[in-house]
Amino acid sequence: MERETGAREGLKGWLNPSKIGKFGIERLAWLLMRLTGLGLLAYFIGHIYETSHILDGKAVWDKSLEMTQTTEGHLFLALVIGMCVFHTGNGIRLMIAQMGYGIGKAERPDYPYKPQSINMKGKACIYATLGMAALAMWYGMAVMFA
Amino acid sequence: MATIHPKLSDELSQTVVSSTKSVKIKIKRSNPNVNSEQKFDDFVVPIEKWTTVLDVLLDVKSHLDHSVGVRYSCRQASCGSCGMKINGKPGLACFTKISELDSDTVTVEPMDNYPVVRDLAVNMDRMINNHKKVMPYVIREDSEIDAESGIREFLQSPENVEKYIQFSSCIKCGLCNSACPTMAMDKTFVGPQALAQAYRYIADDRDKGKNKRLKVIDESHGIWRCHFAGSCSQVCPKGVDPAMGIQLLRGYLLGIRD
Repeated sequence: MERETGAREGLKGWLNPSKIGKFGIERLAWLLMRLTGLGLLAYFIGHIYETSHILDGKAVWDKSLEMTQTTEGHLFLALVIGMCVFHTGNGIRLMIAQMGYGIGKAERPDYPYKPQSINMKGKACIYATLGMAALAMWYGMAVMFA
Repeated sequence: MATIHPKLSDELSQTVVSSTKSVKIKIKRSNPNVNSEQKFDDFVVPIEKWTTVLDVLLDVKSHLDHSVGVRYSCRQASCGSCGMKINGKPGLACFTKISELDSDTVTVEPMDNYPVVRDLAVNMDRMINNHKKVMPYVIREDSEIDAESGIREFLQSPENVEKYIQFSSCIKCGLCNSACPTMAMDKTFVGPQALAQAYRYIADDRDKGKNKRLKVIDESHGIWRCHFAGSCSQVCPKGVDPAMGIQLLRGYLLGIRD
């Protein structure tokens, strides 16, 4: 019986940047979807903790709000905006694709085989979502640093 | 015990090299049954424009190092035996020409997400077991040949054949499971190969085993674990497009598609 050496790649399979180069923008979107999901979950927990200070009186509440009124705080919030927009936009793309739309039609494949599910519509949606996230971050920073 | 192999130096002197080009091949070597050591061995092999990665490996085995472990059979992308990671991406060694890699150095490693047996050969038990789990055959109570009812065959329209024919090209090479990022983390995930095969039979209108098959895949480590990275479809050497099959099957499970 073989030892289970190399049976699973583990986190390397997720985070190895060479995978994105080899498997294209869809793999980048997949990785960003995971990372932004985890980031937003962490933000949500932090946000609940921060807003719970409202129960401790005005002074404590004002102090906790000051945390985001710094340059680092603004950059962090801009990142949250970017994560939120990307996760929403890409999530809508995935929901539509996972219902079976926009992934082509099953038919006899001809050489050279081009997977229909990996198509320009999907790629355009990913680039558009990345663009929207960048734009939202830029606008957020413009407002916060004004 | 006397060796049956000729001396390596004798073989080398008999090798006729007509090519002016050569490639350096780096082969990942390991034998988990002996120890956990992993290393790369380098060999320089002459090539022609039609030389495949498998040709190079067999050249190495014939003339430079007989002990390289590689699984292969048909040499024409039909058997699915020679799957491996070629320059970091899963591919069939017999279906990948050195010239199309556009590199003077080719690195070959065993496929990810499979236990290594030795060198480039991996254990595919998990994939085969998952493949069996989805019951990859037409399930019907009645027989195709039935003298009493006069049924001779299950007729199918060309349109119905088109619904699944793409997915019946699967050669069980396992490249899709190797490329899948979910397979990298989830040891109980069914995998794109088996899910695509589940769709192949569910989409076949001769099949009556839909509910049995859906029971296997409609669970948390089944079809819902796919996050549509699409890597499986990008590496499939037969144009199966497992990612499409999985999404179509999901649409069906959600009651949105027929």
